[in-house]
Amino acid sequence: MTVDAPPSWATTIPHEPGVAKPDPILVVDGVNRRFGGLLAVDVGHLEVQRGAITALIGPNGAGKTTLFNLLTGFDNPDSGSWRFAERDLSGVPAHRVAHHGMVRTFQLTKSLALLTVMENMKLGATRQRGERFWGALLRPLWRGQEKEIEERADALLERFKLSHVRDEFAGALSGGQRKLLEMARALMVQPELVMLDEPMAGVNPALKQSLLSHVKQLRTEGMTVLFVEHDMDVVYDISDWVVVLAQGRVIAEGPPAAIGANPKVIDAYLGTHFAEGGGEALGELGPDERLEVDQVGLGEPLTPGGAADA
Amino acid sequence: MDWGLIFRSTGQAAIGPDACYYALAAAGLNVHIGYTGLLNFGQAAFGAAGAYGLAVAVVTYGVSFWAALFIGLLVSIVLALVLGFPTLRLRTDYLAIVTLAAAEIIRLVVRSVRYTATLGGTDGLQAFGDAFFRLNPFDGGSYTPLEFRPDQVWLLVCAWPLVVVVLLVTFLLMRSPWGRVVKAIREDEDAVRSLGKNTYWYKMQSLMLGGVFGALAGIVFAMSKQSVNPDDYGTRFTFTAVAVMILGGTARVVGPVVGSVIFIGVLQFLDVFLRQAIDAGLIPGWVPIDVNKVAIIRLIFVGATLVLLMIYRPQGILGDRREVAIRDR
Amino acid sequence: MAAPAAAQTEDPGSTSTTVGAAPDPSAGAVRGRLLDLKETDASEDDVPVPGVRITVEDSDGQEAGTAETDSGGLFRIPLPGEGTYTAKLDEDSLPDGVSVADDEIEFTLGPGQSRTLLFALNAPNRRTEGKVDLFLQSLVDGTYFGLLLALASVGLSLIYGTTGLVNFAHGELVTMGAIFAFWFNQTLGWPLILSGVLAVLATGAVGWLLDAAFWGPLRRRGTGNTALMVISIGVALAVLNLYLYVFGGRTRPYADYRAQPAIDFGTVSLPPKRIIGALLCLFFLVAVATALQRTRTGKAMRAISDSRDLAASSGINVDRVIRFVWLFGAGLAALGGILFSLSQDVNFEQGSSMLLLLFAAITLGGLGAAYGALIGGFVIGLFVSVSAVWVPTELKNVGALVVLILVLLVRPQGILGARERIG
Ligand SMILES: Nc1ncnc2c1ncn2[C@@H]1O[C@H](COP(=O)(O)OP(=O)(O)O)[C@@H](O)[C@H]1O
Ligand SMILES: [Mg+2]
Repeated sequence: MTVDAPPSWATTIPHEPGVAKPDPILVVDGVNRRFGGLLAVDVGHLEVQRGAITALIGPNGAGKTTLFNLLTGFDNPDSGSWRFAERDLSGVPAHRVAHHGMVRTFQLTKSLALLTVMENMKLGATRQRGERFWGALLRPLWRGQEKEIEERADALLERFKLSHVRDEFAGALSGGQRKLLEMARALMVQPELVMLDEPMAGVNPALKQSLLSHVKQLRTEGMTVLFVEHDMDVVYDISDWVVVLAQGRVIAEGPPAAIGANPKVIDAYLGTHFAEGGGEALGELGPDERLEVDQVGLGEPLTPGGAADA
Repeated sequence: MDWGLIFRSTGQAAIGPDACYYALAAAGLNVHIGYTGLLNFGQAAFGAAGAYGLAVAVVTYGVSFWAALFIGLLVSIVLALVLGFPTLRLRTDYLAIVTLAAAEIIRLVVRSVRYTATLGGTDGLQAFGDAFFRLNPFDGGSYTPLEFRPDQVWLLVCAWPLVVVVLLVTFLLMRSPWGRVVKAIREDEDAVRSLGKNTYWYKMQSLMLGGVFGALAGIVFAMSKQSVNPDDYGTRFTFTAVAVMILGGTARVVGPVVGSVIFIGVLQFLDVFLRQAIDAGLIPGWVPIDVNKVAIIRLIFVGATLVLLMIYRPQGILGDRREVAIRDR
Repeated sequence: MAAPAAAQTEDPGSTSTTVGAAPDPSAGAVRGRLLDLKETDASEDDVPVPGVRITVEDSDGQEAGTAETDSGGLFRIPLPGEGTYTAKLDEDSLPDGVSVADDEIEFTLGPGQSRTLLFALNAPNRRTEGKVDLFLQSLVDGTYFGLLLALASVGLSLIYGTTGLVNFAHGELVTMGAIFAFWFNQTLGWPLILSGVLAVLATGAVGWLLDAAFWGPLRRRGTGNTALMVISIGVALAVLNLYLYVFGGRTRPYADYRAQPAIDFGTVSLPPKRIIGALLCLFFLVAVATALQRTRTGKAMRAISDSRDLAASSGINVDRVIRFVWLFGAGLAALGGILFSLSQDVNFEQGSSMLLLLFAAITLGGLGAAYGALIGGFVIGLFVSVSAVWVPTELKNVGALVVLILVLLVRPQGILGARERIG
């Protein structure tokens, strides 16, 4: 496994929470979200560099998914604002967020079970004439566009090695294949920023490798990637920059190599496990989240060296 | 036992007005439940909207029949907007309860004494279809071995093509990208929103479309009875339509017609057969049954059909078991 | 009741049939029921007026039919066919102190049609009470009804919480209790209290059996929640009509405590059976709340409602707990049904006409929220009853259902429900 050299900007700016990036595509300011007494997200300032792969890590319940929900309009913050590609997106409903070029995937895969893989893909294309009610009735209006979309979808399926299941129901795929499909479908939107919530969870090692190369490929194509991941090997392998979230706050930022050594990060991971790691903290999590805890494990190596040995 | 009568009567029901309007109502539910995943248990309200829109316009306000037809459909669209606005954001189970409640609200208001002058109260409204039946070209001759009254023949000759149109529209829409979005919403609304579709509006469109089909059902129902009565649009109407839709095959274009023809046919068969059997003394004396109770048995049968279908053949007649298996995964 | 509806149909219109029953087979007739409504809004105070002669004449003034109201105040006059008729009520046959506002009603009849006639008896006497008195009385009535609803809806809510089933057949459990009690009491002649206890136990047992033999196996097959919901609709439809088949369409009273004289508390009056019924409700509601809070099984029920998988993985025997939910839920529903019938008599569709209110109750409280049903039931019961001061009785349920929709508009998860998580 080769670790790419970090881009030059990552080494020149300070490695501290909320640091300004040379060319940010996403700028988050003072976003707060409370659930009852719990302050799930409390991000003072966060910037995401354009054209880079940024990893968002943090122990379970840190607020990563909630932050995704807020930024993509699936949930509303109690306060705060954010700008995406110089446009204020706070308060914009989820479906419009996608039109602005920001697409997210979900931690629990949301493949559309009774649609075929191809239909799943075609759904991702935006501005379809045939998606309007009256237009839909007249096939000649949308037949040409449909064909283009299908070609684009076929190319992506080819790339994601899903061509052979093109006409299967998505619900008949394996878990890993569904993850792939969800990512490929998000790309059909042709976004500038892809936000992946745990894209590798539950994917077998062989598929994982191909997913990784796909993510890197996106960067080559000029896309920006923000992804949540627990597997530190993956984080070291592909990310240019790492943001660490704990108890809703950004506690550290920096290139991957600098993060593993940060005592605050080690504290955050170990602290939550030891201090609140009892049954109660578990009791507040959904069943799927409990699995994650097991995946991360306490023995998870936090240094690149450890990862290589493991 | 008069088997000739039994079969004639069964056949008559299978292509008669009942089968026709239940096919329309189920086609509407198919758009809602089958394709979009909107658990609308208030289809009776859409039927009432169509029927009452028509009847009230003609009887109370003296509008011409043909304009009133459009008013009926318009009322159902308005109803969809009003009903959809608060409910379409709700979870499936809440939606089911709320639509059922909304339909009951409408029925109770329509039958209330307070609005009798406008809506006809429990006695309903009559004599709104004269303009339609005046155009009846059929005169009394017997056209088939089945014995429909001339005005019924005229109604059926107009209503079944309407069913075909409804199915055609369903077919065209569901093979289009619009249909793809709607089916995707059924599978997972959040995923569709994340891909940039305004799911709320699609659900609203679906509610309106299925609601218009429901209104057409209500209109055919009203025309066949030549009367509208509030209690015709109770939950029995909705649940029979649900049974018809499931029997035919959920999310199958022609499912509603297949389901309706078979279901209404079987109901009628049961009805006439039981009556004949009782009259002929074929049922042993210790069985507590008499002719007056046949209508009740019919409804027990509707309920039992729903239960058995859902347990043993959830895909209905035309559906694919594999799809049901994937959904339940 | 603001409308001059002194004569009512057999089905008082205010109740809504949630799962339809077979229609009245009679046709080509007029019918109605003469009731002296006295001065209260409580339908139990209405007195049927027997022996009143009603004559129907056709448009030529020829007599087309005549009848006298029976002991239940009911009359039915078969008519030859379509046409315009006039119905005349013979004022001389009215008992002393009862008057009619309009003794002639003109009506038209379609082919095969059957209509209901409304003669306004004692209409001027109505509404002599002030709004304040009415309000107080309806507050008291509403408390009773609210307690009943709370009791009956606990099971519905817990069943939803623990199994995900939205049970449209829950109203039938309410009716089952009332019918069992009727059977023990009227047919077998046992005292009502014993009958009630046995009916609650029997319905509880039926609940247990339903889960053991029907819902449990379906659940284990992995049947989806929507499918389960549709199945429950089928069950409701079949069972409701089975009741109609066996019990008949008439409303029938228990043998005991029938016409208990009401005790007057100043502006409010109540028969003792209602006071005792209310106390009984209160006792059981407190018992339920305590059991959910303190007992092992109760805690397990709440835990399963919160997260079924988590509860299972922490060693709770989910199936066993669900069985108990059915046992107690059905028993409580039966108790609600019996207490309801104590004042409103037994009817085959009493439960199903209550179903939407039960749904409103548990939805308000938040589907599956364990205590939500208690609060929601009480609020809805009270609301339905109090709103009848301002809206016509036949529309009082409408108010509650509108409130349900409004609450969901503001809080789509219900008052006590938890929001769904995304992602
Ligand atoms: N809808 C919700 N209601 C209440 N609490 C929630 C909700 N969603 C998330 N939380 C809580 O917010 C915190 C952050 O959750 P989440 O964003 O899912 O964490 P992560 O994705 O980092 O594991 C957790 O403590 C979680 O229990
Ligand atoms: Mg998460």
